[in-house]
Amino acid sequence: MSAAPKQEKQEKPNRRTRAGQPPSIISSGVSNEDEVMLDRAQNKSVRTRSFKLLGSLIRPNRRQFIWTAFLVVFSQIARVAGPAIIAFGIDHALPSLLQGDSALLWAAGITYLIAAVLAATLTAGYVLAAARLSQEMLLDLRLRVFRHTQRLSLEFHEKYTSGRIISRQTSDLEALRELLDSGVSSLASGLMYMIFTAVTIFVLDWPTGLLLLVAAIPMTFLARWYQKHSQIAYRSSRVVSAKLIVHFIETMTGIRAVKAFRREKVNADRYDELAEDYRKVTVRSINLNGVFQPGLVLIGNVTVAAVLLFGGFRVLGGSLEVGALLALLLYSKRFFQPVDQMAMFYNSFQSAAAALEKVSGLLEEVPTVRPPKNPVPLKDAQGLIEFDGVEFRYGDGPVILPRMDLTIPAGQTIALVGQTGAGKSTLAKVIARFYDVSEGSITLDGVDLRQLSPQDLRRAVVMVTQEAFLFSGSVADNIALGKPEASREEIEQAARAVGAHDFITSLPEGYDTDVNKRGGRVSSGQRQLISFARAFLADPAVLILDEATSSLDIPSERLVQQGLQKLLGNRTALIIAHRLSTVEIADRVLVVHDGAVVEDGTPADLISGNGRFATLHAAWQDSLV
Amino acid sequence: MPTQTTLWESLRRLYPHLKPIIPRLVLGLFAALGASVMVLAIPQVFRVLVNDALAEGQASSTVWIASGIVLVLGVLEAVFVALRRFFVINPATTVETNLRTSFYRHLQNLAVAFHDRWGSGQLLSRAMSDLNLMRRWMAFGAIMLVVDAITLTAGVAIMFFMSWPLALIFLTAAVPVMIYGFRFRTSYSRVSRKSQDQAGDLATTVEESVHGIRVLKAFGRSREALDAFSDQAEELRETEIHKAKSLATFSLIVTLLPELALGASLVTGILLAVNGDVTIGGLVAFFATAGVVAGRVEFIGPLLAMTFTAKTAIDRHYEVMESENTITGPPDPRTLPDPHGEVTFDDVSFRYPDAKDTSTSVIDGVNLTLRAGETMALVGVTGCGKSTLLQLVPRLYDVTGGAIRIDGIDLREFSLEELRRHVAVAFEDTTLFSNSVRENVLMGVDAQDDDDAILTEALDVAQAHFVYSLPEGVDTLIGEEGLSLSGGQRQRLALARAIAAKPRVLVLDDPLSALDVRTEELVEERLREVLADTTTLIVAHRPSTVALADRVALMENGRISEVGTHTELLARSDHYRYVIASLTEEPVDLDSELEELEHNDQEARA
Ligand SMILES: Nc1ncnc2c1ncn2[C@@H]1O[C@H](COP(=O)(O)OP(=O)(O)OP(=O)(O)O)[C@@H](O)[C@H]1O
Ligand SMILES: Nc1ncnc2c1ncn2[C@@H]1O[C@H](COP(=O)(O)OP(=O)(O)OP(=O)(O)O)[C@@H](O)[C@H]1O
Ligand SMILES: [Mg+2]
Ligand SMILES: [Mg+2]
Repeated sequence: MSAAPKQEKQEKPNRRTRAGQPPSIISSGVSNEDEVMLDRAQNKSVRTRSFKLLGSLIRPNRRQFIWTAFLVVFSQIARVAGPAIIAFGIDHALPSLLQGDSALLWAAGITYLIAAVLAATLTAGYVLAAARLSQEMLLDLRLRVFRHTQRLSLEFHEKYTSGRIISRQTSDLEALRELLDSGVSSLASGLMYMIFTAVTIFVLDWPTGLLLLVAAIPMTFLARWYQKHSQIAYRSSRVVSAKLIVHFIETMTGIRAVKAFRREKVNADRYDELAEDYRKVTVRSINLNGVFQPGLVLIGNVTVAAVLLFGGFRVLGGSLEVGALLALLLYSKRFFQPVDQMAMFYNSFQSAAAALEKVSGLLEEVPTVRPPKNPVPLKDAQGLIEFDGVEFRYGDGPVILPRMDLTIPAGQTIALVGQTGAGKSTLAKVIARFYDVSEGSITLDGVDLRQLSPQDLRRAVVMVTQEAFLFSGSVADNIALGKPEASREEIEQAARAVGAHDFITSLPEGYDTDVNKRGGRVSSGQRQLISFARAFLADPAVLILDEATSSLDIPSERLVQQGLQKLLGNRTALIIAHRLSTVEIADRVLVVHDGAVVEDGTPADLISGNGRFATLHAAWQDSLV
Repeated sequence: MPTQTTLWESLRRLYPHLKPIIPRLVLGLFAALGASVMVLAIPQVFRVLVNDALAEGQASSTVWIASGIVLVLGVLEAVFVALRRFFVINPATTVETNLRTSFYRHLQNLAVAFHDRWGSGQLLSRAMSDLNLMRRWMAFGAIMLVVDAITLTAGVAIMFFMSWPLALIFLTAAVPVMIYGFRFRTSYSRVSRKSQDQAGDLATTVEESVHGIRVLKAFGRSREALDAFSDQAEELRETEIHKAKSLATFSLIVTLLPELALGASLVTGILLAVNGDVTIGGLVAFFATAGVVAGRVEFIGPLLAMTFTAKTAIDRHYEVMESENTITGPPDPRTLPDPHGEVTFDDVSFRYPDAKDTSTSVIDGVNLTLRAGETMALVGVTGCGKSTLLQLVPRLYDVTGGAIRIDGIDLREFSLEELRRHVAVAFEDTTLFSNSVRENVLMGVDAQDDDDAILTEALDVAQAHFVYSLPEGVDTLIGEEGLSLSGGQRQRLALARAIAAKPRVLVLDDPLSALDVRTEELVEERLREVLADTTTLIVAHRPSTVALADRVALMENGRISEVGTHTELLARSDHYRYVIASLTEEPVDLDSELEELEHNDQEARA
């Protein structure tokens, strides 16, 4: 409701940028996120999408919205009633009391009390209702952003950085919250107040009313000016604060390296710069408001002086009573009083709009890896994987996996070997559908991966990534990530199977020990064991292990290997490892070079041959002594 | 749980920062008062001008003059409004920025142990939103609170002056308001603290969910992550609503009681007027003033709420600022311009700060000497304390017993800056930054002319030639944490970074684990040259890495149990053979483990 009129204003052509601009992309997502000066079409599109977002947040809360509006209107009415009753008391109850009639006195007294109680309770009710409404909307938006960022593909995350997402989730939402919390109430009460006084003035003397309307003209110009500049200022403020946050988060996440390589000074200088930029844009936006708000006050006061001038001459001419003039003056002054609050609203509105531009941009991003519209169900996957003319590149980079055909029969254990950077992880990631292939298709049990619902796919294919990431929380929770409904027995079973049970029980609180952020509480080998137990618990048809034992000592690796042999039974498995001990349990070895499978065969065949693998294996054997 | 502090205590902590800007804040206060006076005075001026001047003097000049006066007053009001902002904005934002940058500096200096405990989101919320709140309160809340207090006092004084019985009625209402105000303070401070903490935790969850996105995707657990986040977000919402309830109740009382008192005054006033104790004009004036006072009272709730929120923000800020930096350089550090690089561990023991007193130390009396230029491999099973020992060398953690010395000088006698110039590390999890390859590799190099040569050399040793085929070569930006590179590529960059720093002491934590055998050989070949005259402590899980070392230290449960060459240890130590060699002969003490394994096996079959 509140946003609608402003929206029309926003969409009017912006005179500043017109000629010579390249045609802009309308659906831009986060692509122009760091830009402050947008051309007309871009400006329109980002604003429209922000308002759409705002609308979609209000819509489900329509009733709460109406209820809040109702409360604010009636609390204002009750509030205005107070002074009127006092005036009535003095003007009427007092004289009638002098006549000996106290009825009016009591009536005035009681009405005043009722009005006071009403005003106070309605106001309190409004504060609460508004908070509920705003919290509901914020929660909704928070979850939407969270869900959406989870949905977005890795390709997006690699470019966007976590700091930005955090900034969208924190400081941008903060701006919206300010609008909802204080802005809307000042708008509503201000507007009500102005309407009441305007009506009174028109009833008293319409020419004065018209005079007040004239004041709207300079005010509109001022508001336009303010809008244009503050939009840019607040946009910059969003951009700079995101940069500040990105830098902050990166420092805190990499604090060990920062310290070890003495980056404190350089980092602090950079941060100082960013903080200073942030200060500048903040000051700029506050200063704009510092012109806008007094400007409005000034226009209002000049108008009041004009009312006096105009009225004064009419009094001289005899067409206006002196008493009426006084009343008009007081009302006119009062009419402009809420302008202050309106300015405040407009200010938080501009700030929130800039924030919504960013948030809506993020929400507009389409995941490159999309779930299918009509998924093909796959209940019990067997684990047959086929590559059909697959080619892959990251984004529009160079081809990483050149065109290949490959069949991995269900139940086969594959060892994937090759030089670092050869494309092993990439191959694994396309099978897990972290990325979609650029050409051709990968099928699981004959169904294209792109046609499987995410649930079916994840149940069937699980990958232990090269980076063993643990979440803060207990060891048990981290293992249970593989199967949220798992019982403690199952969890321990999985830990035993990979040889992690012993060290876990020796932790201070066993399975309930908090592993701290990113699993910093446990050693890196222990981290890998936990990740491994996770995969064990997930029990998928296709298991992909990307260097899952690289940080383990040889005995632990051996234990894992034994567990693995048991686990793999009739599963399809893809094991990437530089330590060729895995090959011992593999049915088949694929040697990858520059993204292509250059050798393919049973371990025995390849070792006895004289290809790359034979050399690799020999080198490995040498390295063991 | 945070300790309870009073508002004054919190403000006193802020005082050093406020002090320089107090004059401007006072000016701002005067401007705000000026604006309030204008708001109050202009209606009175209307009355005088219209009722007296216009009603009597029937000349057009009177109209011009009257309008002129109103115009001037009006302009003055606008000027005052503008002045308040002008006076306070710059200083307030400057204080905010100073606090923000000193917060960041302090965080960077705080020990790693501190960062182990604190989520980045929690810290971030203190650096951003808390400081915003603080600034706003300084520039607006504090001033308005004072203006309000002054206006209220003045208003009530005037009311007393006009009619003390009526004023007294009005004032009685203030007593319960004050009493309730105290309760409000405690309850509101508590929820606002809770909500700010929860907001920080929420940010931490977001951060984790993004950094761990690969795992969440790999297991298809976005749904569960969302549920957990949603629970947290809902808790925050409940707290916020709780906060609003607290404020609404307070506002209710604050506005209702004075209004009720006014209603009583109305009746009493009229009765008094009938008795002739007050004049009717006096009554009108009294209520006009009372109206202004009551109008001001309304803002008290939100202003106090803002104040308590700011107080919480201050507390949260200083909680971090006052956490002691446990790892600092000495006041007068020793310097060693050109150390030989002999490193001795002298009865070193260490336990993590959060360890229980009953538990054994992670590092438990380590004695070890690395001769200058020697390369020592550190071998031991997972979790025996290798990485922990390594991190003690650049003082990421401090020993809790014994001492580590370089050339006989205790590490703690160097400045941190110098120590870390002498010691460079390659961590087991490669921490890269979303910068260019060049910046990442040259991180530990003080700006020099031959940067390029150092870069090329380091990349060459680490066999990281792949960078030259990246789209923009060494200036290619690598994604966050370098995750757009392959595992082995990341690891080689981290190794190159440590080498580029050209330290006397090099600490490498399993630096070749993600490399294939061929590349490993190539790296080792080049690395050997570098290691020849650099003292190196290198964690190794494979014989191939051990081959780089002159001697090997075998670590068992936080102790060094054997030191010797690879061949010596192979011959001498069962445990060493067990850990490093692919021979499957298990030392005796591991029989129990095997038994258990078999036991499990049988269980699984059953
Ligand atoms: N997200 C990404 N965006 C762009 N390029 C990438 C990305 N991930 C990997 N690459 C590039 O693709 C190539 C293959 O990488 P991949 O991670 O598949 O190697 P790998 O065989 O797993 O190597 P390693 O043994 O070192 O882990 C490398 O040149 C790498 O730089
Ligand atoms: N921040 C911490 N707080 C408490 N305990 C820790 C912390 N970090 C590690 N530990 C514990 O200290 C022990 C030694 O860990 P450390 O990382 O030094 O092992 P490691 O020898 O490097 O093992 P790996 O070969 O797996 O890397 C482990 O048992 C681990 O659980
Ligand atoms: Mg890889
Ligand atoms: Mg380690």
